[in-house]
Amino acid sequence: MRLERRASVPVTLAVAAPFGAVLVALLLAGILIAMTGAPVLEAYRRILISAFGSKSSITETLTRATPLILTGLAVAVAFRTRLWNIGAEGQFYSGALVAAMLGSQHGLQLPGAALIPILMVAGAAAGAILMLAPLGLRLRFGVDEVVTTLLLNFITILTVSMMIDGPLKDPMAFGWPQSVPIVGDAFLPKLVSRSRLHIGFLIAIGLALLIWLVQERTVFGLETRAAGLNPAATTFAGIKVNRLLVKVACISGGLAGLAGAIEVLGVKGYVTTDLSPGFGYTGIIVAMLAGLNPIGVVVTAIFVATIFVGSDGMSRGLGVPSFIADVIVALSLLAVLVALVLTNYRIRR
Amino acid sequence: MTAALDLFASAGLWAAMLRIATPLIFGTLGALLCERSGVLNLGIEGIMTFGAMVGWLTVYHGGDLWLGLLAAALAGAAFGLLHALLTVPLGVSQHVAGLGITLFASSLAYFIFRLAIPVSGSPPTIVPFQVLQIPLLSNFPFLGEALFHQTAPTYVAILLALLLGYLLGATPLGLAIRIVGENPHAAEAQGLDPIAIRVGAIAFGSALMGLGGAFLTLSAFNSFFPTMVQGRGWVCIALVVFASWRPTRALLGALLFALFDAYQLRLQHIVGKAVPYQLFLMLPYVMSIVALLVMARRARVPQALMQPFRRGER
Repeated sequence: MRLERRASVPVTLAVAAPFGAVLVALLLAGILIAMTGAPVLEAYRRILISAFGSKSSITETLTRATPLILTGLAVAVAFRTRLWNIGAEGQFYSGALVAAMLGSQHGLQLPGAALIPILMVAGAAAGAILMLAPLGLRLRFGVDEVVTTLLLNFITILTVSMMIDGPLKDPMAFGWPQSVPIVGDAFLPKLVSRSRLHIGFLIAIGLALLIWLVQERTVFGLETRAAGLNPAATTFAGIKVNRLLVKVACISGGLAGLAGAIEVLGVKGYVTTDLSPGFGYTGIIVAMLAGLNPIGVVVTAIFVATIFVGSDGMSRGLGVPSFIADVIVALSLLAVLVALVLTNYRIRR
Repeated sequence: MTAALDLFASAGLWAAMLRIATPLIFGTLGALLCERSGVLNLGIEGIMTFGAMVGWLTVYHGGDLWLGLLAAALAGAAFGLLHALLTVPLGVSQHVAGLGITLFASSLAYFIFRLAIPVSGSPPTIVPFQVLQIPLLSNFPFLGEALFHQTAPTYVAILLALLLGYLLGATPLGLAIRIVGENPHAAEAQGLDPIAIRVGAIAFGSALMGLGGAFLTLSAFNSFFPTMVQGRGWVCIALVVFASWRPTRALLGALLFALFDAYQLRLQHIVGKAVPYQLFLMLPYVMSIVALLVMARRARVPQALMQPFRRGER
């Protein structure tokens, strides 16, 4: 038995693959749910209801999807050029930290209209810098960026912990380690009143569209794709791959940093070390499920947010541990990897 | 300043070094074996987490401590086989598959743990491995206390490193693994089966990762809690590079790393609140990056690392 590359991939197969993969993941997770003694179909029905059953649950799901769209885009953009950015989690926290720092009463003293965009740019810049460092080590010293970006996640979160335990600590927080809250002007406007959904969601979707346009319609987009598929040939074609990587690193790190800034400005208003329940790592799953397609990222981010928000509600009702959500998305990733092979190759005896 | 130097004269420091090094030795050897056959295994962090959980749960339900280790090794091998299935016959991106295994194994570990142990005030505990007194050696002044007051798995880890060094360096099987990691096509021409060898190396290497995790719950601590592996798996991946893919150097690297870690823990007590404790916690990760930097240019990477092998396809 061996695999043989398909000459051309049928479009229906390419579109059906991720859906099939998610179905397989849901089936396998269903076995685990059954093991807990809970009714499987009822559990999935409750996941859907908890995520989409009411206006408040829908806005909650979209609020949860917002950072996932941005970290998913961060990973998708990088992986496309074979820049293995596993550090979106750390970049997220660096963006959050900088936004909270500059947005507090001790930070920039600016009116809201100017303050919010500046805080977002500052957060994105922090994320970009945190991605440029490992890229620099790769280009200069040949250090693989996978491990360095991973290790930087831990270093960054400890830095956040140090700052909110020290200079940024909110004296009004009853001793809890959290940063001084941002000023009222720095909060993002709400999209739906009396909900947590903020305009960050629209920004994320706008960026997904923009990235899709750049990738599909510009020379730069083509170059990033070429550099990912065959760096040697791209260099031979006269494109400076290193320069391209620097730009991609800035965009990727910037998106993850922006995700952190938007989470602070839109939802929390301050930084803690549990601001992100793994948004950076989940971004990898979001990007892979979407086949690294920016529009697909929006869809898969909402899917993953549905699983997380829905599982919380389902867990409370049926007693299935809410870790089932992480199991479902992890299984979806593994299943989609297999599905991608089966769309690009056929099995021959 | 003298207080900081005096630390090296305490036997406790050296004993702590061996204790801290043990999970790193297991994990680094496991990752090294996978990489020597040509496959990066970033599933390590999750496999260690699962090993820690399943080993602890086995003992908690009345199993023997050694049975706990066996369960962790078998579970590690099972996740290894899954990683091997994805990366070897299917040739999926090794980075992404490994991260997927990590997410899957750790979330499954938390799920099973929560199912077996409902939320309670304080986490339930087991009776972990006790210090193994070695006749004569353990009674030696200073050295006895410094080096021979460890639990059994620590001695196993050190022996394993030497054994694996011998296996890779001086046996036909070791040579086969190395050829497959350098040039699978040449290996096939020699009548070896690169796919079988890679799958075997990943399964065995992942079993070692499982053992490394189980050491945490069965010897270093006596309970399981989420996020307890704390990036040790990633540190192991960095140590493999630092060790230039050699088992005996991996042993030295893990010991050196652990010595530094044990030292900074004691230094924290001396400097007290003057320096934020987070800076000390950062040190292991910073050191890993520095280790990568120092060795990246000099290290001899297995030539076929991260290249999938497909028959008849170059």
